[in-house]
Amino acid sequence: MSENIDGNGTEVRFEELPDAPPRRRMRLTWSGKLGVCVVAFWMAIVFIGPSISPYHEADILDEALFIVPGSDNPYPETDYQPPSSVAWLGTDYLGRDTLSRTLYGARTTIGISLASTLLAYLVGVTLGIAAAVGGNVMDSALSRLNDAILSIPSIMLALVVIAAIGSTIPILIVLTGLIYASTVFRIARSLGLDVKVSDFVEAARVRGEGLWWIITREILPNVAMPMATDFGLRFVYVILFISSLSFLGLGVQPPQSDWGSMVRESLSGLPYGSIAPLVPALAIATLTIAINLIVDDVSAHAGGRLAKRMI
Amino acid sequence: MTLLNAILRRTGLGIATLFVVSVLIFIGTSILPGDVANIILGQMATPESLAALRAKLGLDEPAHVRYFIWLSDLLTGDLGFSKAGAGAGTIGTPISEMLMPRLVNTLRLATAVAVVAVPFAVTVGLLAAMYPGTKLDRAVTFTTLGLISVPEFLVATLLVLVVAVQLGWLPATAYISGQETGLKLVRALAMPALTLIIVASSQIMRMTRATVLNVMSSPYIEMAILKGVPRKRIILRHALLNAVGPIANVIALNLAYLVSGVVIVETVFAYPGLAKLMIDAVQTRDLPLVQACAMIFCATYIVLIFIADMVSILSNPRLRHPK
Repeated sequence: MSENIDGNGTEVRFEELPDAPPRRRMRLTWSGKLGVCVVAFWMAIVFIGPSISPYHEADILDEALFIVPGSDNPYPETDYQPPSSVAWLGTDYLGRDTLSRTLYGARTTIGISLASTLLAYLVGVTLGIAAAVGGNVMDSALSRLNDAILSIPSIMLALVVIAAIGSTIPILIVLTGLIYASTVFRIARSLGLDVKVSDFVEAARVRGEGLWWIITREILPNVAMPMATDFGLRFVYVILFISSLSFLGLGVQPPQSDWGSMVRESLSGLPYGSIAPLVPALAIATLTIAINLIVDDVSAHAGGRLAKRMI
Repeated sequence: MTLLNAILRRTGLGIATLFVVSVLIFIGTSILPGDVANIILGQMATPESLAALRAKLGLDEPAHVRYFIWLSDLLTGDLGFSKAGAGAGTIGTPISEMLMPRLVNTLRLATAVAVVAVPFAVTVGLLAAMYPGTKLDRAVTFTTLGLISVPEFLVATLLVLVVAVQLGWLPATAYISGQETGLKLVRALAMPALTLIIVASSQIMRMTRATVLNVMSSPYIEMAILKGVPRKRIILRHALLNAVGPIANVIALNLAYLVSGVVIVETVFAYPGLAKLMIDAVQTRDLPLVQACAMIFCATYIVLIFIADMVSILSNPRLRHPK
């Protein structure tokens, strides 16, 4: 019987269920508000960064721009310049403006990380819920495969694959997405299993709801909040992961600017006290710390049931 | 024997995991396009020389046969040949020769980190858990959250700027030729070790604090509080003894985490360790060398996770004294 009326919910009989209790408004602490501001700032940079940056990301600044104060002599070199009115945050190893590259790099770093995290969620949640509601065979097959992937340090997995097939942005996104899908899978599955045995799912099953209805109307809304918290944390890990790969020279390839590879490129300036490697590293740090601050508040709101995970 | 069963089961699982990981690494590097013979010969590849080298390396066998040959070579210590030094007549340098000095360097670094980070982090984590909500606790929570959410290379670059550039105490890069002893070796190790110590300690501190606080919220601690046992005694006699297992577990897990930390840190400081060798191999697409390094790292990781599990099994009195 019930199999005939599932599907797209057109014929669902229990549309008028009692209203859910009024939603609690989320209260942000001052640190959460700070987090929201910083994340909003970087998201704005993703969109308007290239149009407000003083130079293009690949522009090598002209020597004539750097005039020694008090004389008309230009510096002999433009690389690793300290901050000045010409380049507010100094220049990198080729004499490119660090500020402009950081503004352009936001798009690459955040874009790739967001795409990877979304892919990880798409794959992880789909398979995780499938494992939770599906039969025993599917569950154990998926779980064993997942255990094997989880038992390899993610950076090693990435290094092996990149050594074999190289690194382009699409490869980077798919690779990172699949690696992180394994942790998402585990969380989605365990949350799904928790909800699946709850009384309200049983009630839905008893009154004859179909599988699709149960997944979309009972299970997904109940795992949404903890998963949202986890999404933030996962996003942080993905940003750190992508930046680390770029830092190792195996992620985003030049001349495209990306925060991780910017640190790597200008690392040789570090012994001379250049801040060029520090600026993109701090950009990553502000973004990841800000997301963590928001996640703290959200997980407190969600009752701290799924407190921060150390993965 | 519940305990023996648990140990045997876990050991079996560990060996099975190692096996699956070796399959995954093999698939990752061998079945994808571009085989070793092609890479070794590079520009000099002619159909004849390719076929000859493939036959010599056993690459003309089907994939599953090659896997078992590779695995048995690996188990007998024959790691194959690197692309490095490969020329017209030679296949390249034996990988085991390249690995040994690098492995020693990485083990030195890891030992230095473990010896300093573990006692320090556990002590601070315990102190924070003993006085929750105090200034010390808040400082620890805040600092460690900051440190674990920034990339390792930020910690490394800041350290270089402060310790090497501003203060001039230590060199900014770690140069090791292999002959260093005593103080020279310590100086070369100091910066990479310090970075890893900071990163690893903050993880261990957070997890130690969380573990002890978790124990502190259990009913028998409440009982001890209610019967008026002094706070110090509760922590040292009641909570700590029960937290030893979980803390040892935390330590092993975090030493396993060093596997990925060491990759970044060796690159920042140009430290001639195993991870640096692997990164260079990935960049030159030296697949046999990548395979060998990846296997060493993954095996270390799995063994450490295995130890973590063992510790938590052994520290559980319910399993040690089955009814």
